[in-house]
Amino acid sequence: MIRRHPEPLLWMLFSAGGVVSAMLMPVLVLLFGLAYPLGWLTPPASDRVRALVANPLAAIVLFSLIVLSLFHWAHRFRHTLYDGLQIKHLSEVIAVVSYGAAIVGSAVAAYLLWQLS
Amino acid sequence: MSDHITLQIARYRPEQESEPTFNEYEVPYTKESAVLDGLNYVKDRLDGTLVYRWSCRMGICGSCGMSVNGEPKLTCATFLADYAPGPVRVEPLRNFPIIRDLIVDIGDFMRKLVRVKPWIVREVDKPLSEGEYRQTPEQLDEYKQFSMCINCMLCYSACPIYGLDPKFIGPAAIALAQRYNLDNRDEGAGDRMEVLSEYDGIWGCTFVGECTKVCPKHVDPAGAIQRYKLTAALESMKSFFAPRGA
Repeated sequence: MIRRHPEPLLWMLFSAGGVVSAMLMPVLVLLFGLAYPLGWLTPPASDRVRALVANPLAAIVLFSLIVLSLFHWAHRFRHTLYDGLQIKHLSEVIAVVSYGAAIVGSAVAAYLLWQLS
Repeated sequence: MSDHITLQIARYRPEQESEPTFNEYEVPYTKESAVLDGLNYVKDRLDGTLVYRWSCRMGICGSCGMSVNGEPKLTCATFLADYAPGPVRVEPLRNFPIIRDLIVDIGDFMRKLVRVKPWIVREVDKPLSEGEYRQTPEQLDEYKQFSMCINCMLCYSACPIYGLDPKFIGPAAIALAQRYNLDNRDEGAGDRMEVLSEYDGIWGCTFVGECTKVCPKHVDPAGAIQRYKLTAALESMKSFFAPRGA
């Protein structure tokens, strides 16, 4: 009998987050973080971007990307604190803060995407 | 013609000193001399009180693992000429308690190893009269890489997680569990899952990857662990959604 603990689920979220953020984040950051603000490329009209985000499919993709990236961060941050700072004795506090932040971030993302739809 | 090189060897004689110290010895070497040859020269000619483990001197027995200039190495497969002009620092494997000089206590590893049942587990052994268990080359390739492990424990010495938390079952034990899990003659994957899916099993690993880097037999324990994480995670999801193991 396998004893239940949340580690497999958290690792799956971490793993999926690593894959999607590695594939999609760099191009989004390059476009919306550098190329458009610095004028390397002409940004699309804001109403077109809003229309795109209002599409349920685009909203689901963006939401998944944000949620999985946040859980990827949370898992990494938690283990960095455990092993990097060697404060594993605070494991419960660290887990609540890390995954709690990811849950709050996910809720904010859901709210914002809902507002834009 | 042979040159000389200085070995700085960690000595720890518990009846004499409370902390390990270093002794220096000048040993001759040629381009064929391994660090182990240097140690044998010290033991035979300079200081017979030095103790260390070794046996086959050809990378099979896995007993001569030590820290050479801070890196876990098989001393029979590490050459003095590569460290010229020296000195070469030889210490016991890190992350293990030192018993004496270069000898560490491997009891923890031996206890962990048996927990993962590194042998072929069968519910019912087929009778001898039915002949051998046959295997195709493809079935052999599934696990062959992991069967190269010689239990030298260099991976435990290199693993920072094991260094911080000795409860972690560790790279070689997981790679050896996979060696049998991936063998089509074996039926013990379920037993091993119980041990490996614990928090101190595979989930302790954060994929630092040093185990694979130092492995003298190119076993890739880090790869074995990541692969097993996926197996265990899917298994745990399955048991969550179908608790009766449907």
